[in-house]
Amino acid sequence: MTPEHLILASLALPAAGAAAILACRRAPNLREAATLASAALLFLCVAALLPGVLAGARPALRLMEVLPGLDLAFAVEPLGMLFALVASGLWIVNSLYSIGYMRGNDEANQTRFYVCFALAIAAALGIAFSANVFTLFVFYELLTLITYPLVTHHGSDKARNGGRTYLGLLVGTSVLFLLPALAFTWHVAGTTDFAPGGILGGRLDGLALAGLLALYMFGLGKAALMPFHRWLPAAMVAPTPVSALLHAVAVVKAGVFSVVKVVVYVFGLDNLAGSADWLVAVAGFTILAASVVALNADNLKRRLAYSTVSQLSYVVLAAALLAPLSVVGAALHIAAHALGKITLFFAAGAIYTAAHKTEVSQLDGIGRRMPWTMGAFAIGALSMIGLPPAAGFVSKWYMLSGAMAASHWPAVAVIAASTLLNAGYFLPILWRAFFRPAAADDAHHPHGEAPLPMVIALTLTAAGTLALFFQPDVPLALAQQMLGGLP
Amino acid sequence: MNLAAHLPALQVVLPLAAAPLAVLLRGRGAAFMLVTLAAWAAFAVSILLWLQVNASGPISYALGSWAPPWGIEYRVDSLSALLLMLVCGIAAVVLPYARASIERELRQDVHYLFYAMFALCLAGLAGIAITGDAFNLFVFLEISSLSSYVLIALGRDRRALVAAYQYLIMGTIGATFIVVGVGLLYLKTGTLNLADMGVRLQEMTSHRPVLAALAFLTVGISLKLALFPLHQWLPNAYAYAPSAVSAFLAATATKVSVYALLRFYFSVFGETAVFKRLPMEDLMLILALAGMFVASAVAIFQHDLKRLFAYSSVAQVGYIVLGISFDSVTGLTATIAHLVNHAVTKGGLFLLLGAVMAGMGGTTLARVHGIGRVMPLTAFGIVLCGLGLIGVPGTAGFVSKWYLILAALEKGQWWLVFLIVASSLLAVAYVWRFVEAAYFHAPRADLAAVREAPAGLAIPAWTLVGATIWFGLDTSVTVGSAARAAAMLLGTGAP
Repeated sequence: MTPEHLILASLALPAAGAAAILACRRAPNLREAATLASAALLFLCVAALLPGVLAGARPALRLMEVLPGLDLAFAVEPLGMLFALVASGLWIVNSLYSIGYMRGNDEANQTRFYVCFALAIAAALGIAFSANVFTLFVFYELLTLITYPLVTHHGSDKARNGGRTYLGLLVGTSVLFLLPALAFTWHVAGTTDFAPGGILGGRLDGLALAGLLALYMFGLGKAALMPFHRWLPAAMVAPTPVSALLHAVAVVKAGVFSVVKVVVYVFGLDNLAGSADWLVAVAGFTILAASVVALNADNLKRRLAYSTVSQLSYVVLAAALLAPLSVVGAALHIAAHALGKITLFFAAGAIYTAAHKTEVSQLDGIGRRMPWTMGAFAIGALSMIGLPPAAGFVSKWYMLSGAMAASHWPAVAVIAASTLLNAGYFLPILWRAFFRPAAADDAHHPHGEAPLPMVIALTLTAAGTLALFFQPDVPLALAQQMLGGLP
Repeated sequence: MNLAAHLPALQVVLPLAAAPLAVLLRGRGAAFMLVTLAAWAAFAVSILLWLQVNASGPISYALGSWAPPWGIEYRVDSLSALLLMLVCGIAAVVLPYARASIERELRQDVHYLFYAMFALCLAGLAGIAITGDAFNLFVFLEISSLSSYVLIALGRDRRALVAAYQYLIMGTIGATFIVVGVGLLYLKTGTLNLADMGVRLQEMTSHRPVLAALAFLTVGISLKLALFPLHQWLPNAYAYAPSAVSAFLAATATKVSVYALLRFYFSVFGETAVFKRLPMEDLMLILALAGMFVASAVAIFQHDLKRLFAYSSVAQVGYIVLGISFDSVTGLTATIAHLVNHAVTKGGLFLLLGAVMAGMGGTTLARVHGIGRVMPLTAFGIVLCGLGLIGVPGTAGFVSKWYLILAALEKGQWWLVFLIVASSLLAVAYVWRFVEAAYFHAPRADLAAVREAPAGLAIPAWTLVGATIWFGLDTSVTVGSAARAAAMLLGTGAP
């Protein structure tokens, strides 16, 4: 297959998978096999693109011209390659986990769940490979809509209200800010194609440039920049596999991925000098404020959600610093945070499935009953804090180096302070789990580990978090190529 | 005699002749066959005309060989060709649906009358789009209006009579204003041929009667196209008419009225500098914005889906008129593209609502609880059309909204960009009222056994739903024609 075929296959495979899942709705085992098969095939397709991209190829595919000059077109560049690898690779693990979770909790409407999930992955890959802002916008909206049934999966009043917040904020920001930003870009530059060095060079300055940047940054609501972050905790009403893959990986990473992509390929790092300082401030505030909220959240998934809000803003902050090193850190953090956070959510879901516990205060002594789960949780937590030997250390290192290289001391201070805050809300969980005795009434409900597929999944992602620390070569090479480094 | 040369006449004669024949035939099966064949033939004619106009420019057809400007001229240019294709295409889709639909909604002894009235209405609407004569246009407007009053009054609900009466009164006032306007223009120019009128008016831009004519025509046509605040007749008419009628009128009647407005504004008054003397652009802008926001807000609080989407139509007319107010090629492209896009989307939506009516026995939000479970395809189709109304990329609605935004940016009115996108958020709110009713509630106990709509209703409806998606991805027909028509109206490009 040529690289162009591979691009097409990467978009079509999850969609075809969705059709297969629907066709097999009467036979759950076959249905789950369809999910796993399409996930595996998709990863192979995406991985097959990697050697070429690393060697400097930029395969492109023009699907159709929707409006004169506005194409639905795809091109694989290093950052998109990285995002696609992360999303498709974790889909396999997450599918394994979903099967254990959905069956273990006897969830209803499982076929709809798997269909929407596969379509969401298709949309995420569309975002990853988009060749212009227009295509990105199309798939970005599609991803919001297709994940709505997943967020509201339970159909309860709580789910409906969560869905309202989710949809209201994501559609609201994208329609109010992103669409005008897209139109404005087209109006000014006459193109929306992503190009190295940006497409706005010299066409805008001062207030207009900062204004357009603001439209993009707040318009990409999936990056959860404050004050448009509330959809993320609201999305936690979804079943945990959704929170894990979509609201720790595919959806939120689509947001920060788009942020980095727009900053690098639409604006261009050099053109933004002086116009992005406010963004550093907003991102820094989001990092700290979200951490403080996480510190006080007792519900485990809520704490993880606010931790995600905070970690996403690391990426935005690193991109806004405009220093090459920090932007490399931003790209790395997309992969590092994905692996770490999915592990944490997997653990939270495993605890819920095995022990029916949702609050941090209930977790006393659980580490002895669920050693694999809590061990993986510990590795994920290390990665969030940014300690070796977890992947989070590598990306944070690059971000810090970038901030120092740019002599941006407030940013350095924010990263340092948030590291302390991260430790402040993750370490007590570990301490409770491993060093506090179990509560007395726990004896009524004997339980061990969660179902095997879930434990396998979370062990795999924890191992991945460690592996990325020791072998960051591929993501690092991709991140450096993004800035024009030669292969 | 070459048949191809007489296509413009056939366009109107086919449905016009089908109407009395349907009455003579009486049998409902025969009437259905006849009118449907006439509509399909008319659709084929409209496609041929469209191709011909694209290939070799506007067609002028002298009715009865009386040369214009003395005789009645039928004139097909890129704008009228597009409108003809839209009107006949929608009729061709709605008629097969009507057969299955009125079977459930109307008494059998009035079926042949329904088909006759439908054919008349189609003939009237096609006539408006094709004629190049001001008085002829008024006559066709009356033909289409009178037949639509009857069609609405056929509705099963007794409130349909009141709705038809309301529409009759408002429509007649509108028609009176239009005929006064046409009369004033005739008085000043001594001609009824639209193109000729445009030429002669150039010397009299400051004459009071000309300005008065513009005012009369604006008010009269605005009544017919339901421009806020002259929209009062529309929600009831759409809500209580038979389902097939709601769909046909929602997709075509207001659109053809917009066409009449464009014709008078740009082909007749066009470059006559009348617009520089009267603040028409500002007036249109304000009314359009008011319609977009007020009607959308009202839609959010409706309890009946047909009324909800009827108010949404008033809001969408706002978008269409907004494009006119820009007085630019991009703005008019948005207007004309949205004419087609909204017609297809709203037509599909009302056809689906007819299926809902057939399955659930009504269209109130309380009644459609859980429809996502009992009629999953129909519910999903409504959601898709709803996304089209919001303007989600990948649907037709996005395309026209995009051009509106570009038109606003061209004028440097960036604040207007935000108003346009903000109003589409109101659309999210009213569409999501349906989504939550459909998917977050269990169906009523007595409706739990309802089955999916029969193929006779589903296939035509999904044809239009499919077109909504198709025109969101492939815009060569819609935007291509719209851009040519806009350039022609403003005299900036080849016709």
